[in-house]
Amino acid sequence: MRISVTVDGVRYDDEVEPRLLLVHYLREQAGRTGTPIGCDTSNCGACTVLMNGRSVKSCSVLAVQADGADVTTIQGLANGPGELHPLQQAFHEEHALQCGYCTPGMILAAADLLSENPHPTEEEVRDGLEGNLCRCTGYQNIVRAVLRAANGTATTEVTA
Amino acid sequence: MTATDLPAAEVGKARTRKEDARLITGQTNWTDNITLPGMVHVSFLRSPHAHARITSVDVSAARSAPGVFAAYSGADFAAEQGSLPCAWPVTPDIVIPEHPPMAVDTVRYGGEIVACVVARDRYAAADALELIDVDYEPLAPVLDMEAALADGAVQLHAAGNKSFTWPFGNGDIDAAFRDAPVVIERTYRQQRLIPSAMEPRAVVCAPVADEYTMWTSTQIPHVLRVMLALVTGIPEHKLRVIAPDVGGGFGSKLQVTAEEVLALLLARKLGRPVKWTETRSEGNVAVHHGRDQIQRVRIAADADGRIRGLDVDLLADMGAYLMLVTPGVPLLGAFMFNAIYKMDAYRFTCTGVFTSKTPTDAYRGAGRPEATYAIEHLMDDLAAELGMDPLELRERNWIKHEEFPYTTIAGLTYDSGNYEAATESAKELFHYDQLRSEQAERNAAGSSVRLGIGVSTFTEMCGLAPSRVLGSLAYAAGGWEHASIRMLPTGKVEVVTGSSAHGQGHETAWSQIVADQLGVPFEDVRVLHGDTAIAHKGMDTYGSRSLVVGGTAIVNACDKVRQKARVIAAAMLEVSPDDLEWSDGRWAVRGDPDQGKAIGEIAFAAFAAHNLPDGVEPSLDSDATYDPDNFSFPHGTHLCAVEVDTETGQVRIRSYVAVDDVGVVVNPLIVEGQVHGGIAQGVAQALYEEAAYDSSGNLVTASLADYLIPSAADLPSFTTARTTTPSTLNPLGVKGVGEAGTIASTPAVVNAIVDALRPFGVSDVPMPCTPERVWRAINDAQAEGAGR
Repeated sequence: MRISVTVDGVRYDDEVEPRLLLVHYLREQAGRTGTPIGCDTSNCGACTVLMNGRSVKSCSVLAVQADGADVTTIQGLANGPGELHPLQQAFHEEHALQCGYCTPGMILAAADLLSENPHPTEEEVRDGLEGNLCRCTGYQNIVRAVLRAANGTATTEVTA
Repeated sequence: MTATDLPAAEVGKARTRKEDARLITGQTNWTDNITLPGMVHVSFLRSPHAHARITSVDVSAARSAPGVFAAYSGADFAAEQGSLPCAWPVTPDIVIPEHPPMAVDTVRYGGEIVACVVARDRYAAADALELIDVDYEPLAPVLDMEAALADGAVQLHAAGNKSFTWPFGNGDIDAAFRDAPVVIERTYRQQRLIPSAMEPRAVVCAPVADEYTMWTSTQIPHVLRVMLALVTGIPEHKLRVIAPDVGGGFGSKLQVTAEEVLALLLARKLGRPVKWTETRSEGNVAVHHGRDQIQRVRIAADADGRIRGLDVDLLADMGAYLMLVTPGVPLLGAFMFNAIYKMDAYRFTCTGVFTSKTPTDAYRGAGRPEATYAIEHLMDDLAAELGMDPLELRERNWIKHEEFPYTTIAGLTYDSGNYEAATESAKELFHYDQLRSEQAERNAAGSSVRLGIGVSTFTEMCGLAPSRVLGSLAYAAGGWEHASIRMLPTGKVEVVTGSSAHGQGHETAWSQIVADQLGVPFEDVRVLHGDTAIAHKGMDTYGSRSLVVGGTAIVNACDKVRQKARVIAAAMLEVSPDDLEWSDGRWAVRGDPDQGKAIGEIAFAAFAAHNLPDGVEPSLDSDATYDPDNFSFPHGTHLCAVEVDTETGQVRIRSYVAVDDVGVVVNPLIVEGQVHGGIAQGVAQALYEEAAYDSSGNLVTASLADYLIPSAADLPSFTTARTTTPSTLNPLGVKGVGEAGTIASTPAVVNAIVDALRPFGVSDVPMPCTPERVWRAINDAQAEGAGR
């Protein structure tokens, strides 16, 4: 089937198998390998992207369902090369990642959460990220990072 | 020269991580991201049976499916695939069964590979797997360790279901228990866990002529290269192993896997790059599992609580085969059951048992969490028996801070520690006395929601390991680590480490160490790792070893650079090397600090090599290999308060305080992160996770839908603090932190639950302490109490 999908600001017109998962399309046809795959039961959320501004687990969406959609991955979240989105900045500053495998999905799920609820409580952040698993951090610094981004305290420079 | 002589500008600083720049922007290089020209994809067909004879495998239909290059059964590889290695034959009479990467005639666990397909893409490979016809003759599974050892049990291997029995001990155990005023005997169960690193495994193997490059999601590129050479016969110098960005390991990627060996053999057979990427459900049955022990423990004490003796008898589930360090994992616990306590006698026996389940091997803590759980649970049980506060009982028995160095009953010499300081700090942060008062009030009022307080005063052995000790324990390799410093002409520094990070933040922490040691800016240091062609020597990352062993190698390599720089600087300045002193990145004339050369200037002089002294090679690089004399012994006091709803069995962690002493801290941000994540994994064992099998031997928790990894909504925030007792064993004074939280937290949580329920007559709740199990424990104890 033929689909037309915008990924991180670039329009792709592609022929895809009807069964192709969006995440495989992004990684293998569009070359956006920033979105990783962590499971096959839509539990881990590592593959979370924004589709028309809302978070979806891209392993649970067929590429054909993204026809006509605007998809944002971790590689297209910031305004441009060398720039960081406030959530990316906050994740860095709060040490909210270790191995980093869950990070793209966690950041995009958090972006959706903050667009719905710009000033969440700690509990709302924890509940809001329930669909994204992290094995390294114990979540404490992830929660801190989301709260930091929500409070606008993340600066815009990488300090590393 | 030690770090403490230098201006400690970087060590101790909460540097944000260098690694993050690629990880937060999606520029990471996971193995699954790698695509090579002409690359083909492998899928493996796995046994649906726990135990069966393979009577036939027909791959012909798969071979002719569209897009398929090849399909093979185990028989097709029988002559060349060898046996997966076990590097730790713990006793002379250990049974190490043959372990073909692809089963040939018998499968012994559900998930064992029986055939494979190579196709143009992963979808075509998966489709063709469906066309493979395997006939099995099912055999009875072996699921229970005690039953496996009984007469008449189904035998999984020709040599039986027992792999080994390993005895150990010190002191007169019979005398310790004879006439002891208090003896407590318990059986605890360490459930089986699935490590569940977030990145599923992946392998890419590229052949060029007779040389092979393998990218793999591994913790151990160096060990893997040696083992692949030994297993396949491909010469070591024709193998290059690269661990690119690796998404977590927790021990699960400390392995030489069937998939890695087969990817290499397939690449050789087909002459094309091959790729395999694991699905999570595949990983749950195929990645080695952790824990799974039955712990029969006895403790004898005097009436005042002083420990006389400890007797430990373990059954450790090996699963169906011995993997890389499977039999050694429970034995690491042998040195840790006695923990921080003094006693007269100790006996430890471990029997390794084969079952028709996924093999077990290292999982975060590896033997030490199991031991710590048992002794800390037992100490709480002993305190309850004596009517004593559990912290008071511990204090009566632990090694006092002035008694270090102290040789324990298990024969290890703990160099340093201060259990009093960590415990005092934890009690204060936890509001221990107030919580005890509240607990008493709730108990007196007969509240339906009870408060429990759990104690865990743990230690662990880290910094694996002195090579001589490993040799004495029959481990096949050493425990050293290697580092190189490359001084670049412009004064920038490349650090090559044999450690292989997969989330630990070595690129940042190692930069901090080198910045101090060479007096260069943090930003001027780059850390290279995880590629056997770049980091040519290494023992890799596991067992909280990288900073203690690898960090010391870096310090030693820096020292060599400084010493050589001194000779070159002396020639540049036309003075004697003896007249120079090192300060802040420069060799300067003693008494005339303006006369000096910075390390960067010296590096350029070494590069230009115009005026080097006679006999001095034009290089300012160095190598150092460090073999530790001893382990390191981080410790800490973790306190957990839980509220248990006695009507529903629901457990809520109300507060959790962790005071850890990991020696000198290089980067407090990273250390805190390690503690948080470690605690979360230990809490997960206490409350949520279990690899469960049904009576046919099927893993019923084979996906993340069934195996419950806690989410942010399931966990609280933890209060963390530190005390600092520097290690006396290495120049940095560091002890290691990767496993501390996991080791400490499981007993803290379970002890808290049991503490809440002791008024009901409960003395144990089997892990994971689900609401149902908690509810049953209360009701069973009450029914038993009523029947008495």
